[in-house]
Amino acid sequence: MKILVAVKRVADPNVKVRLRADGSGLDLAAVKMTMNPFDEIAVEEAVRLKEAGIASEVVVVSVGPDKATETLRTALAMGADRGLLVRTEATTEPLAVAKVLSAVAGEEQPALILLGKQAIDDDCNQTGQMLAAKLGWPQATFASQLAVDGDRVTVIREVDGGSQTIALTLPAIVTADLRLNEPRYASLPNIMKAKKKPLEERQASDYGLVIEERLEVVRLEEPPTRAAGIKVKSVAELVERLKTEAGVLA
Amino acid sequence: MSVLVLAEHGNAQLDEATARAVSAALCLDNDVHVLVAGKGCHDVALAAAHLDGVSKVLLAEGESLANQLAEPLADLIVARSGNYDAIVAASTSTGKNVMPRVAALLDVMQISDVIAIDSPDLFRRPIYAGNIVQTVRSKDPKRVLTIRASAFRPVGKGEAKPIETVDIVPGSCLSTFVANAVAVSERPDLTSARIVVSGGRGMGSADNFETVLAPLADTLGAALGASRAAVDAGYVSNDLQVGQTGKIVAPDLYIACGISGAIQHLAGMKDSKVIVAINRDAEAPIFQVADYGLVADLFEAVPELKGTLASAT
Repeated sequence: MKILVAVKRVADPNVKVRLRADGSGLDLAAVKMTMNPFDEIAVEEAVRLKEAGIASEVVVVSVGPDKATETLRTALAMGADRGLLVRTEATTEPLAVAKVLSAVAGEEQPALILLGKQAIDDDCNQTGQMLAAKLGWPQATFASQLAVDGDRVTVIREVDGGSQTIALTLPAIVTADLRLNEPRYASLPNIMKAKKKPLEERQASDYGLVIEERLEVVRLEEPPTRAAGIKVKSVAELVERLKTEAGVLA
Repeated sequence: MSVLVLAEHGNAQLDEATARAVSAALCLDNDVHVLVAGKGCHDVALAAAHLDGVSKVLLAEGESLANQLAEPLADLIVARSGNYDAIVAASTSTGKNVMPRVAALLDVMQISDVIAIDSPDLFRRPIYAGNIVQTVRSKDPKRVLTIRASAFRPVGKGEAKPIETVDIVPGSCLSTFVANAVAVSERPDLTSARIVVSGGRGMGSADNFETVLAPLADTLGAALGASRAAVDAGYVSNDLQVGQTGKIVAPDLYIACGISGAIQHLAGMKDSKVIVAINRDAEAPIFQVADYGLVADLFEAVPELKGTLASAT
């Protein structure tokens, strides 16, 4: 069984992204970039399925700029077998990415496609679901546990009130949530090995596609920052202020 | 230009998020219809028909819709979509699951987690864990939106409007439901609670959540929440997670205990009316957003707070 994993290069989640001083856009020039954390979980799950003898090959794919090859190399160092970059400098909206991934899936014919549930830059939470729609495949989003058995995958999903277990017929799409696993750190020897693993570069036009933007960003702004309040000295003072000043306690 | 709102419910009860989604939909147009899709959910349809501003309820019932699975639900919405210029759902786990599938089937780029509608064409939404707000204009002929429930005031109750039964879409059994494990809690729902008491890594253990934090929550009639770090550490289940990738809350009072205040957590609670932080690290970033900060050992301060409040009532 072949697994395809989609990964995105994003700003480091620990960095507080700001606007350029002239307000003309995001100030990402000096920001450290990394693999989207939920995509790391997806890669880890695929590698574990390979180590368990369930998957035969793990292919990682990214739709993004040249530098996304670094992200793909990271995935290869974690244990993926082969990388594919569909290169574009355009803004990658989930719908456009889903179309490219759908074309890639048409060529690669994976039995399972894993993605992170959400990219932590645009916070869209769409690509997996859209890809499932484009392919006409079943989807299991927000997975916290996954088990493959023959031509079925059973997934426990994180939902608002608790969890939901569903079974999908392969081929299928699963998006990874936080508790699915804890991704490994790539060891130095594996990082060296990853440099020799195959990494192909393509263009969207190779698939007869154009990466287009459907949403026009008319304004970017930093939300009003919340002013720090005061430090109280004791629990008694806290309760007093919550009752009289803030009026949130009876 | 009519708007279709997907009702959020568990077949028995209409979730308050629906009244908030209707409120958002009314910013787009006055003709708002609510789709109630499920099984044995006639009471839900009745409740939806009483939402102020709704002009019609569509009720679709069938076995395939009983558990809100994405494939049949998306097919149903797409089948009804011809009459609508916009389709709206709350950013609940159901809305987030099904709406992008609908959008892709309609070849529309979804606008996720909308926090404000400036005009029927201009939408504000947070990116980068809420550190930036973008205003976007859609070039698509139809709009597919998920809205952040806490950003829209729920509509009230109005006169009952008609309920029309619609057919389900046959086929699409790509996934099957196996089981639900619903966290049973006597506490109010995290996303609609007036008060939320949250714990972070500083809680130290699952036991401490139960023995130290839960009594404070119960004294206040509050919902219990947690930071991602606490979920990561296995102290509590993921459905309590407040933050960028968990639940977004905006209660009247948010009490953060042993939470350092990573940007991902702040993204989920910084719109709370009053924020209290209890942390022994005076430099913790949570104090930068807290209205009232108490630098103290939570294992002393939280029981004391509970005691003070319990004796006052």
